[in-house]
Amino acid sequence: MSRVAWAVTGALGALFVLVFIAFSVGRYPVAAGDLLTLLWAKLTGGSHGLDSAAETVVWKIRGPRVVAAVLIGAALAAAGAAYQNMFRNPLVSPDILGVSAGAAVGAVLGIFLSLNVIMIQSLAFAFGLGAVALVYVVSNAVRGHDPLLVLVLAGVVVGSLLGACVALMKYLADPYNQLPAITFWLLGSLASASPDDVWSTLPLLLIGLLPMWLLRWRINLLSLDDEEARALGVQTGRIRVIVIAAATLMTSAAVAISGVIGWIGLVIPHFARMLVGPDFSRLLPTSIFLGAGFLLAVDTLARTVARIEIPLGVLTAFVGTPLFLWQLATARRGWQ
Amino acid sequence: MKLEAKSLDIGYRDRRVGSDISLALETGEVLCLLGPNGSGKTTLFRTLLGLLPAQGGHVAMDGADLSSRARDEVARLVSYVPQAHAAFFPFTVQEVVLMGRTAHLGMFSSPSRHDREVAGAVLERMRLAPLADSIYTRISGGERQLTLIARALAQEARIVVMDEPTANLDFGNQVRVLEHIQTLARSGIGILLSTHDPDQAFLCANRVAMLHGGRLARLGAPDEVITAESLKQIYGVDVTITRVAMEGGRERRVCIPRGAL
Repeated sequence: MSRVAWAVTGALGALFVLVFIAFSVGRYPVAAGDLLTLLWAKLTGGSHGLDSAAETVVWKIRGPRVVAAVLIGAALAAAGAAYQNMFRNPLVSPDILGVSAGAAVGAVLGIFLSLNVIMIQSLAFAFGLGAVALVYVVSNAVRGHDPLLVLVLAGVVVGSLLGACVALMKYLADPYNQLPAITFWLLGSLASASPDDVWSTLPLLLIGLLPMWLLRWRINLLSLDDEEARALGVQTGRIRVIVIAAATLMTSAAVAISGVIGWIGLVIPHFARMLVGPDFSRLLPTSIFLGAGFLLAVDTLARTVARIEIPLGVLTAFVGTPLFLWQLATARRGWQ
Repeated sequence: MKLEAKSLDIGYRDRRVGSDISLALETGEVLCLLGPNGSGKTTLFRTLLGLLPAQGGHVAMDGADLSSRARDEVARLVSYVPQAHAAFFPFTVQEVVLMGRTAHLGMFSSPSRHDREVAGAVLERMRLAPLADSIYTRISGGERQLTLIARALAQEARIVVMDEPTANLDFGNQVRVLEHIQTLARSGIGILLSTHDPDQAFLCANRVAMLHGGRLARLGAPDEVITAESLKQIYGVDVTITRVAMEGGRERRVCIPRGAL
């Protein structure tokens, strides 16, 4: 097997191991053998002869949470990989482009108006798309500066505007019900992930993933200069819009159930690129496996290391910041 | 096959860069475009490739207007070699060359085994096979330029447009690129290239076009077009053109600047 095949298989294998660990550890530990028994019983419909508490913990409490962590980690990493190619920049991510902040405004508005999950996801998507469009328009309109600098600055500026919108809604929110919900949600958490959340998010993620996978070869060419890509026969404008919409849909759907979880979309695709190279047909699956595994590991830590839940956004930042700084210091030679 | 510009006006809606440019390029010939900085060479190339809309006149392939064709259709007819640049992501040389196959692929397809074979053959032809798995961002400027030419060949268009293919290359790589250009023309590909060095036009071109102030100042055989007078007109410097005897009784023309030098 080639090095690339090893890396992809390794990432997938690590994800399976992590899923197994995530199901078994926690306040109510479930032994590996019991897990297998439960799984067998579930598959065959037979009886397992174990404590019914174990069954509840595994299928009702940990199940949705583990699946949500896998889906959201995968979605954020896939969206990050697409954005990085799209903006020809390995330092771009849903956070930097203002997508997360935009989706957060939409979702907080949804919570503020006490809407259901699907409406919250729709609002998150609309605001996320609006935010990335605004950043893109601003960075295209400003000429004569380093485009990367302008893009990042535009993202920061739009992000802070959206932050102000969130602050306003927090200020106006009912301090006994809505405000704690909003605050807790903004920190990022999967503690309240329900089967409904998982079922409403899964189709959105697949809808976002489909065009990315189908267009995987052309996405490689979008990382070239626009004219060069067109001279090679790619209709860059159309494909760019499709892929940005797909990545934004995935980010927004994720943000709507988990809150803002930073760093995954930035660090994971970058890491995946170091492992398997920039070809999107390998980068996308590797990013997905690594992103899913990373968020699952962080979420498992978040619910096990301390007596209280540690907010996910806080943990990913603690893990992501040093990783990012290390990449910034070492990886530049890889892409310039 | 024949790529033609018919009384072409080039530029942007609010800024006309050049006007009334007519020229034609047949397969198997090398047409060299000379012109000072800002004379509109790159804008002309972009218009010929259909990357910019013509402001007047039109671009035709074998008499049929190119502007109405889809992007991938144009790319199968005319390929483009930009100046060697730093890429954004560390693709391998082989992957960069494979990108040249995109115009032959369906919207949702990735390169097939046939595409890999074409790319492999082109790499052999350009003597780049040993570099196939090297990272494009880490090879030398000359190797990058050759890789971009290989990518244009993988595109299998009969006309190749090259924007200053020898810019920023050392002497050896300049000569190597010019040799490749001649070989390609002999194999039946039409090449349009721009350069800043009139000596290169003497070395590799069948015909020379001079662009000056947005107009086609001259067009014809190198010996007729590149004269002390025309170089004075477009570059504003005094030049002596001498003949140098080469082995085998051949002669070659060379431009030498006069004046303060």
